[in-house]
Amino acid sequence: MTNVLLIVFIISLVYLGIANRLLTFITIIAFQSFILFWVTLLELHDMSTGNLVFILIETIVFKTVAVPAFLVHLIKKNKMTRDAEPFLHNFTSLMSITCIIVATIVLSYYISDTFIKKIYFVVALSTLFIGLFIIATRSKIITHVMGYLIIENGVFVLSIAVGNEMPMLLNMGIMLDIFASVLILGIFLNKIGNVIKDADVHQLRHLKD
Amino acid sequence: MAGVFIALEFIISILIFINRNKIANYALMALFAAVQLGFTAYGFTHINVTEAVYFCFDPLAMLFMGALSIIAVPALYHARIYIATHRETPRTRAIFFSAMTALITATGAAYLSNHIAVIWIFVEITTLCASALIYHHRNRRSLEGAWKYVFICAISITFVFIGILFLSLSLQHAGTEDLFFDTLLANAPGMNKVWLKLAFIFIFTGYTAKLGLFPMYTAGIDAKDKAPAPAGALFSSVLMTMGFTGIFRVYVIVSNTGLHAWANNVILIAALCSIFVAMVYMAKVKNIKRIFAYSGVEHMGIVMLGLVAGGAGYYAAILHIILHSLIKPALFFQYNYVYRVFQSKSIYDTGNYFRYNRAGAAVLLLGFISATAMPPSGLFVSEFMIFRSLFEARYFAVLILVLVFLSVIIWSFGANMMKLLFIPVEGFDDSKVKRSNPWESLSQFILLGIAMYLGLNPPVQFTLMIREAIQYLPK
Repeated sequence: MTNVLLIVFIISLVYLGIANRLLTFITIIAFQSFILFWVTLLELHDMSTGNLVFILIETIVFKTVAVPAFLVHLIKKNKMTRDAEPFLHNFTSLMSITCIIVATIVLSYYISDTFIKKIYFVVALSTLFIGLFIIATRSKIITHVMGYLIIENGVFVLSIAVGNEMPMLLNMGIMLDIFASVLILGIFLNKIGNVIKDADVHQLRHLKD
Repeated sequence: MAGVFIALEFIISILIFINRNKIANYALMALFAAVQLGFTAYGFTHINVTEAVYFCFDPLAMLFMGALSIIAVPALYHARIYIATHRETPRTRAIFFSAMTALITATGAAYLSNHIAVIWIFVEITTLCASALIYHHRNRRSLEGAWKYVFICAISITFVFIGILFLSLSLQHAGTEDLFFDTLLANAPGMNKVWLKLAFIFIFTGYTAKLGLFPMYTAGIDAKDKAPAPAGALFSSVLMTMGFTGIFRVYVIVSNTGLHAWANNVILIAALCSIFVAMVYMAKVKNIKRIFAYSGVEHMGIVMLGLVAGGAGYYAAILHIILHSLIKPALFFQYNYVYRVFQSKSIYDTGNYFRYNRAGAAVLLLGFISATAMPPSGLFVSEFMIFRSLFEARYFAVLILVLVFLSVIIWSFGANMMKLLFIPVEGFDDSKVKRSNPWESLSQFILLGIAMYLGLNPPVQFTLMIREAIQYLPK
């Protein structure tokens, strides 16, 4: 069951490559967080109940509902609908994402380890690189933030993989989640939205050498 | 006691944030400085003692902690002058002081952490405090600087976290799950090499954002440019040392696993790229603060070359980073007074500074000599040792390349500084220039003096501590 969920997770990443509307991005992020909720529920059986409940609440309330809702609020407030002028065509973007996934699968066979299931490694690493890819190829600041949230989801998958043995690391991952989301979304994206309407990275070119 | 001191310092910074009264703010700042000095003194009397489970006063941490306290006092003093001369509201003043004190506390706690996760947490806290300092002016450019810093640091901190996850996987092969640095070191030979390689790459890349090394150095440059100079002084010294601590502690582990040569290659590439980038930008940049910031990138490259060279290079690397963290703040503190005279940070609008502030100009001249590692600068000693160990380790090509890069850096740095100090600006109306108080440059002289003293005539205790800090590295 976990494998099926993680494969669905990867498919959502492929869909991300051809998404242009911001709302689609947000839906995918929320959907991925929901998958993470199920994976956590199925996988972390060795964990103490209190800790497990905390993690489940974080994934369902914070990651699946609160952050996407806030993003929706932001794009409505600033009247943004789609990511203007992607640097790459959908086809190129789709191919690049596929290549990243294939490359991580090859890498995972090279590593072969008994302590971690390969699929976790593949999902986590490809999510990380796809997140970076999204950040590099999209132009809106809000899309960059979404790219970062995707990276966070990837990291979460990896921390679930070691979660049973080291619950402390999983809690750290959640701390990172909350800290970065609150800092980036709450303080700055809100402020940038107020100062620079329809914020595009091209407007962040005053600081240069 | 370590826990009590750290908690006390955080409480003081929260109190500064809550309390908007000017005198109360200043009193709390003085109290903070006293607590910080007391904490450091306490640490020096408890070397190698672990307290509150996660904090250990080991020699490396205490060397950096000592430097932190030496820099923190003038930084708070100049922060007070900065706020007093900028007609700040009580709110912005409280946020500025509070963020500054919290930054100093978190940096100190990160040095002392003996657990890889705890150091990570404090590094995260420094990002939060630093972003408040960068955004101090609340205009469009400072927002841009803060945004870039926060975003890149968020990605870098995620990288470090991924590195820690890989490290934990690597550690499971050694049959333990404990992430204390001494446990990691003891179990180093049994770790899985592939995971460890991945862990090192991610942790190294992540911490370069704080250390100011290629590839994540960009965030730090904008931060030092946009933040008020007293904060920039902290970013260019103690925060860089913190990034170094994060990398060094993992490097010690990796170098004991048979991956030493491989890790050296990774570091060598980053170091060379950093010095190259610094060279290119220093020849081009005309913004005084950014020149100082790029000079920091160059020095961090040299420090990492010291690690790569090995032998006496280890010692020189630690010495170099300590001395650099004393010299660079002096230049940043003095920058504020330059700005007060010319109302610009561009080299084109500034010049003949000797005429307006002799003491301050002497600081800049001495700071320039110190930062370019010319005798009698302390950095001359450490840089010379690093080059000698590179020579002994037979890195001839690297050495030649670095010497060429450094010549260009010294030439461009010198051309800009000489213009600032001696060449008059055409059309500059100096009738409204206010005289600066020469005593306000005293702290800069002291910092530069300490750096010279430590470099040229290091006390025995100081050298012993550096030797103890590098004792676990292979010869």
